[in-house]
Amino acid sequence: MLLEAAGIKKVFGKLTALDGAALTVGENEFHGLIGPNGSGKSTLMKCIAGAEVPTQGKVSFVNADITAFTPTERARAGMSLKFQITSVLPSLTLYDNILLALQAQSSLVDLVFSRTRRLLHDQVMTMLTQFRLADRAFEAAAALSHGQQQWLEIAMALAGKPKLLLLDEPTGGMSLEERRVTGELLQPIKQHCSLVIVEHDLDFIRDICDRLTVLDQGKVLASGTVSEIQANTSVQEIYLRRA
Amino acid sequence: MPKAMGAVKQAVPAEIGGERDAAIAGRRAAGQAAPTRKSLPIVEGFVLAAALLAPLLLQDYLTVFATRVIILALFALSFDLVWGYAGIMSFGQALFFGSAGYGVALLARDLDITNIFLVLPAGTLIGLAFALLLGGFLLLGRHPSSVIFVSLGTLTGSYAADRLARGWYYLGGQNGIPSIAPMSLGSYEFTEGPAFYYLVLGILVVVYLLCRFLVRSQFGLALAGLRENEQRIAFFGYKAQHLKAIIFTIGGAIAGLAGSLYAFHEGFVWPNMVGVVVSTQVVLYVLFGGSGTLIGAVIGAVIVEGVSFWLSDNYRDIWPIILGLLLLLVILFRPLGLISFVLGERERVGSFRAKPKDNVKEKRNAP
Repeated sequence: MLLEAAGIKKVFGKLTALDGAALTVGENEFHGLIGPNGSGKSTLMKCIAGAEVPTQGKVSFVNADITAFTPTERARAGMSLKFQITSVLPSLTLYDNILLALQAQSSLVDLVFSRTRRLLHDQVMTMLTQFRLADRAFEAAAALSHGQQQWLEIAMALAGKPKLLLLDEPTGGMSLEERRVTGELLQPIKQHCSLVIVEHDLDFIRDICDRLTVLDQGKVLASGTVSEIQANTSVQEIYLRRA
Repeated sequence: MPKAMGAVKQAVPAEIGGERDAAIAGRRAAGQAAPTRKSLPIVEGFVLAAALLAPLLLQDYLTVFATRVIILALFALSFDLVWGYAGIMSFGQALFFGSAGYGVALLARDLDITNIFLVLPAGTLIGLAFALLLGGFLLLGRHPSSVIFVSLGTLTGSYAADRLARGWYYLGGQNGIPSIAPMSLGSYEFTEGPAFYYLVLGILVVVYLLCRFLVRSQFGLALAGLRENEQRIAFFGYKAQHLKAIIFTIGGAIAGLAGSLYAFHEGFVWPNMVGVVVSTQVVLYVLFGGSGTLIGAVIGAVIVEGVSFWLSDNYRDIWPIILGLLLLLVILFRPLGLISFVLGERERVGSFRAKPKDNVKEKRNAP
């Protein structure tokens, strides 16, 4: 298994956001994390990515216990995160945003003497082309539409060739067309990367994911293939309850 | 940010039509940026020319004043690197400036060492060492330290050094160390005047160019990321705390260099030099001139010192109030400093552009 999170408990003051949640993701697997609002999806993502430290539980990644790793150490181990709120660097150009992500593991001397600059140029342009942003490469990221900023951020998260990408609501605020394109943009990465995706758009999830985990009130309600989950009565119930 | 972004000169406004549009499209296809107005080299050239001519035009006592201002501009560069480029709020930059000043004063007083090739490196090293110690403590935790922690930590460092200097007999207590022997090169002694001025100007130009090289490199891009969103770049795998400690230490070294020049130029050191007053002064230079641009820091130091000098001559009693109001107005209406009158946002932030040429080192077009 690529990622195994087990018995994750996270308490904020009096609120128990996660109560023994678990998540297992294999290689080249697209895994959807769904559940009603407040079920703990984003918190679980943060515990996996290192933005939050779980109160209890263990996260292993590529057979190593990374529970106490900092975000930097996790990134260097091959894990990448796209935040729920877009956090591209608005005053930098698109090109520089991608380059910033790509050069993260260059040595200090290489950075000071700009030695990896030429080497990374083609990769920057490839990423921008792949995400349909190449013609705006030298504009400030702030000038992009919301959807394009999301793509830029996915491109940045993928730049370091991670083994696992965590996407927190990638299609939030996107138009239907943008959602469709996002799905298309994500498909090719399956060859080299697994994906954990938190998303409210169930159609989108159904289209691109292999397996789903459903959270409710901080616990795993069900986990399985898309068809198994669709047939699961208790899952139907919580979504009906919500509707 | 929105205010700043409002000023962004977009490379390609959508409403442009016709020929220019086609030309831009061509450039885009070639992977190049549309040209942006280049004001920065003009400003830099103008400032350098003015600085070179100043001693020829100024009376002697003003050349002495101008030398002091250039040293303070060097000091301002150190703070600008730390705050303007890396976003580390150092409220104790005078600690490195003053401790280097005290260090070289002691070398001159107790060991008779005044050789320029010994005292300036020594001052730089003292600034570097203190910054490494304080920066290591404040910045190198396992988890990122908060802005408040760093600013209070540096402020406390500066305050404590001030108190220590005032109370320590060896350092001259309240009076500091007077009558430091002049800096020397063989039998030549650097005393106040044009020679000292050009020495200091030469050093400023070299340090400026080194800083320029640094902030335009890929390292400079990492600093921009650090300043704008430290958490984000940690998730890319940057060792953000290390980057911060490195730039903080470089800033300390430059402050140390400035402090040792200052000690020899003034001929004495006193506790204020390590204290909160000077620490605050350098913050004002940079805010006034424009943080995040090297030339802004230089201009800020020149203007704040120049205006203070003129005001104190003409309005003996109330000049600090006038100066204070002036500073407030600039910070209120020009949060990016005076330099933002001539420098667009795009040029201020800078960017890598076009395809790097095969044999020419590509530089990031940042101030």
